[in-house]
Amino acid sequence: MNLLRQSVAMAAKDLRIELRGRYALSAILPFAGTLLIVFGLSLGPGRTLLQETAPGLLWLAVLFASVLAFRRAYEAEGEDGALEGLLLAPMDKAAVFLGKAAAVAAQLLALEVAVITLVVGLFDLSLGGAPFVLAGAFVLGTVGLAAVGSLFGVLAESPRAREAIFPLLVLPLATPVLVAGVKATSLATTGRGGQAGGWLGLLVAFDLVFLAAGTLVYPYLLED
Amino acid sequence: MSTAERMMGRLTARRGEKVLGLLAAAGVIATAVLGLWVTPPDADEGNVFRIIYVHVPSAWLAYLSFFIVFAASVAYLATKRIRWDRLAAASAEVGVLFIGLTLVLGSIWAKPTWGIWWTWDPRLTTTAVLFLIYVGYLAVRRLPDSPAKRARWSAAIGIVAFVDVPIVHLSVTWWRSQHQAPALLHVAPRMAASMAAGLLVGVAAFTLLYAYLVTFRLRVGRLEDRAISEALSPRLEPRSAPVEPPPTPPAPKEVSARG
Repeated sequence: MNLLRQSVAMAAKDLRIELRGRYALSAILPFAGTLLIVFGLSLGPGRTLLQETAPGLLWLAVLFASVLAFRRAYEAEGEDGALEGLLLAPMDKAAVFLGKAAAVAAQLLALEVAVITLVVGLFDLSLGGAPFVLAGAFVLGTVGLAAVGSLFGVLAESPRAREAIFPLLVLPLATPVLVAGVKATSLATTGRGGQAGGWLGLLVAFDLVFLAAGTLVYPYLLED
Repeated sequence: MSTAERMMGRLTARRGEKVLGLLAAAGVIATAVLGLWVTPPDADEGNVFRIIYVHVPSAWLAYLSFFIVFAASVAYLATKRIRWDRLAAASAEVGVLFIGLTLVLGSIWAKPTWGIWWTWDPRLTTTAVLFLIYVGYLAVRRLPDSPAKRARWSAAIGIVAFVDVPIVHLSVTWWRSQHQAPALLHVAPRMAASMAAGLLVGVAAFTLLYAYLVTFRLRVGRLEDRAISEALSPRLEPRSAPVEPPPTPPAPKEVSARG
């Protein structure tokens, strides 16, 4: 399958860049940590309040960190005319979309492990109960976020989009991921993982819609 | 000369657009008369209820215009004709205007009836998210420097944003259903005939208004594109004829553009 091979090559290229540059590790992870500390400070030291809000804060940190990760994924393409090279490469444009989404998803998942660890420590969130539901929520939510980010990250190629416009576009589009992710996480961490099926289904629907729409629409975004 | 005349002709509104504008104005006046005087006050809410005659039509219009954005975006990507992009842009601008109006009117209505300006009701939340998505759409439209790129980018967003709407709505509906059920309005069954008529006239009038605003915006869009293309490549025909000394500046075009 040609599309698959091309996507894997694309993802491998992006991950290699990340491994050599370590941007996620050196900038995005500390940023997510800072967010969590700031959330904690803004909500005060009350333990129960922090426990209740922890799933929401966790997903907010993931969402904001993911915006940085998407921009990073395309920043490298803006340098030295790399995007032109990508356009001229004899490959399916949809493979660029899928490959970039896969690379960003891999980075985000690694980031989420660190963020979850921080939240468990800082806000005393208990992960027991339904580990599979929790893992499912994060994997599915990450795929959806990565699809949105890989699709519209191209816009960050325009210098003026780097500041506010990109998050302005991406965050409202991703509200279903936030809502479903937070709900599934809070059900899983309070021992009601069995009720999270609907939310996981919603995440699956979001992923499928955005992966399909992205595969169809992305070639037009890139074309020049 | 003939090209200049044709241009001047297209600068001003055509007859169809004027008629549309007059019809829309008549419809809005009719809505105001029906909503303020002809219809009775609501049994429970009194006169506050009259806001429905503008609130519901503007909400309907916002959703209609985002559907048009979607359809025009698909048409643009399929045909690559810039007129579809202009239609999407015009419809999105009008849609953002009316969805903003819907939110403001809804808040004004909510305060006296529910006692709060805002509640996290699924419909309200979806509307607010939609408002933000299409504000983002309009913001992205200002980014690219080439019209073709702008058209492609915004078409992609116009499609994806509309596809996202049902998922957003579903998610906030479920999200809300775990809390206390919101005080939803069940207006339709207990509506007096004149109320239903007022609502229908309002919807028709706002739809006409939408058509007029979009037509107007399309014409402005065409003029914008022409102004840009002429600034980039000044036309040479007038000067190619043997020129006489008095240097008359090429003013008439500009004068007519202002008038």
